[in-house]
Amino acid sequence: MLNSDAKLSGKIFADDIPQAPTRDGFGTGSVEAGKADPRVVVLCADLKESTRAEQFEKVFPERFIEMGVAEQNMATVASGMAAAGKIPFIASYAAFNPGRNYEQIRTTIALNQANVKICGMHAGVSVGPDGATHQMLEDIGMMRMLPGMTVIVPGDAEEARKAVVAAATHDGPVYLRFGRAATSVFTTTDTPFRIGKALTLWEDSAPNVALLATGSMSYTALSAARTLSENGIGCIVLHVSSVKPLDEEAILDAARKASRVITVEEHQVAGGFGSAVAEFLAENCPVPVKRLGIADHFGQSGTPEELLKHYGLDMSAIFDAVKGFVKDI
Amino acid sequence: MVIDNEVKKLESRARDIRETIIKMLVAAGSGHTAGPLGMTDIFTAFYFHILNHRPHEPNWEERDRLVLSNGHICPVLYATMAHAGYFPVEECLTLRKFGGRLQGHPERMRLPELETTSGPLGEGLSQAAGIAYAFRMDGMKDIGSLSSDERLPMSNMRRVYCVMSDGEQEEGNTWEAAMFAGKYKLSNLIAVMDRNNIQIDGMTEDVMPLEPLADKYRAFNWHVLEVNGNDIPAFITTVEEARAIYEKPTLIIAHTIPGKGVLEIEFDYHWHGKPPTKEEGERFIQQIHHA
Repeated sequence: MLNSDAKLSGKIFADDIPQAPTRDGFGTGSVEAGKADPRVVVLCADLKESTRAEQFEKVFPERFIEMGVAEQNMATVASGMAAAGKIPFIASYAAFNPGRNYEQIRTTIALNQANVKICGMHAGVSVGPDGATHQMLEDIGMMRMLPGMTVIVPGDAEEARKAVVAAATHDGPVYLRFGRAATSVFTTTDTPFRIGKALTLWEDSAPNVALLATGSMSYTALSAARTLSENGIGCIVLHVSSVKPLDEEAILDAARKASRVITVEEHQVAGGFGSAVAEFLAENCPVPVKRLGIADHFGQSGTPEELLKHYGLDMSAIFDAVKGFVKDI
Repeated sequence: MVIDNEVKKLESRARDIRETIIKMLVAAGSGHTAGPLGMTDIFTAFYFHILNHRPHEPNWEERDRLVLSNGHICPVLYATMAHAGYFPVEECLTLRKFGGRLQGHPERMRLPELETTSGPLGEGLSQAAGIAYAFRMDGMKDIGSLSSDERLPMSNMRRVYCVMSDGEQEEGNTWEAAMFAGKYKLSNLIAVMDRNNIQIDGMTEDVMPLEPLADKYRAFNWHVLEVNGNDIPAFITTVEEARAIYEKPTLIIAHTIPGKGVLEIEFDYHWHGKPPTKEEGERFIQQIHHA
């Protein structure tokens, strides 16, 4: 059953649950963070509309910096601005930021412990028609390997807003991952959010499986769990927006209760969120783990729905995967 | 302008710093020799004449910032900072040693007296431009857009200096930074390029021709000056001229002699990335003081 402490949307399973892309949360959150702290600045690499950085620009034109199509310079200028006391958010597509400017991030932001917030937009296959070049599927892996880097993948636009505000007050480098497509806004302003804390969305009394998901996949996992539960398969659904640091206590608790774990992410299964969970559980609670995500492929053009279905990340694919996994053991 | 007496003092200081560089490279057993020796006169001029800084208060907010982009020449940065009083000169002998603060390439988290972590090429100019942009936001008005009577007195300006190599002009990031600084008319940014014409694989014009460098930067809306980088008073005068430019960032192309001060290795690119042996070191130090 739904976890009432999560204060989820009253329309959680309704057809008309509000839809918004997580990048909208960057727009609103950056304005909120900018109002709270004059040191917050936003740098954008020629994508201010699609990253929603223009919302910040409208309110704080003097603190918005247009970088042109130059992601390497954006990361390094931000490092310099952080050295001079600013709190820069750098926004572009995840394919280029951190895809293009990884070494700049590694040296001048991570190794330098610069207080820069890297915002990767349009991550995952749900970018849709733009195709494989723009569907970033390796960013979580790249970023979580860097010492001192915090990695957050918000579950919906509302949580994205909170994550941006939290990142501004967190001292040190942060990677925030956002999506292009509108997805269900399943949390509310009252839903708790803290960097390093996971959120239990659903918990049956005698769970057969724990679904650990990140980003907008958490809502898909929750929808699958509801149907699984109706079919006699007890579930826990843990929404893990903080990929690094992981909420080890919550993950351990879910793994112990359910004895088997499925991870779900819109990212390569190698190196991403599922890997982080599997690495942790292998050393601390070695239960059977199945990782759902993109299985060593690049994406392609299509609608978000077509692509998520094709790569096994829609509700019915998750339902089938869980059923098979539970039966196998 | 610098008076003769001070020039003599600075030149003597530079010889002492070169001696420290040789000693630290011999002790380390690895590292770069040619670049640090070639840039010693410029670092001496910066830390003992140009920079507004407080070595015993390295976090002083109002200090000028010197960003070293080509971190591999850090022996000259460390040695000059030590002679200026940031840390004991004896610590220079810990260069590249396990557990030490003087890493093979400069790392700010280990040595907080540094402005940035550097080594991977082509990134310092951007970081310096970011600092310069932030300073201007903090009250350094865009003086290029102000009339002369609105301009801040020069003494109020925090300057950002970036020391970079010629080889790293081959990095795309450098030109992104040049475009950015030109667009935003970052007149509080002064870049100094060590034009010593060598890089690891040979002469720059053979590896990947860079010329016409001055024209390229001018095309990116920079003010460009050229100077003999081994002539301390000439360099100081050139920086003073750069500081008087209100409308643009300035690039100073400083022509230096790699290995300067040690006659037997001057101009030799083979000394880009190797240290002297103990015997060579002793000989080099003799040459430095009898040049």
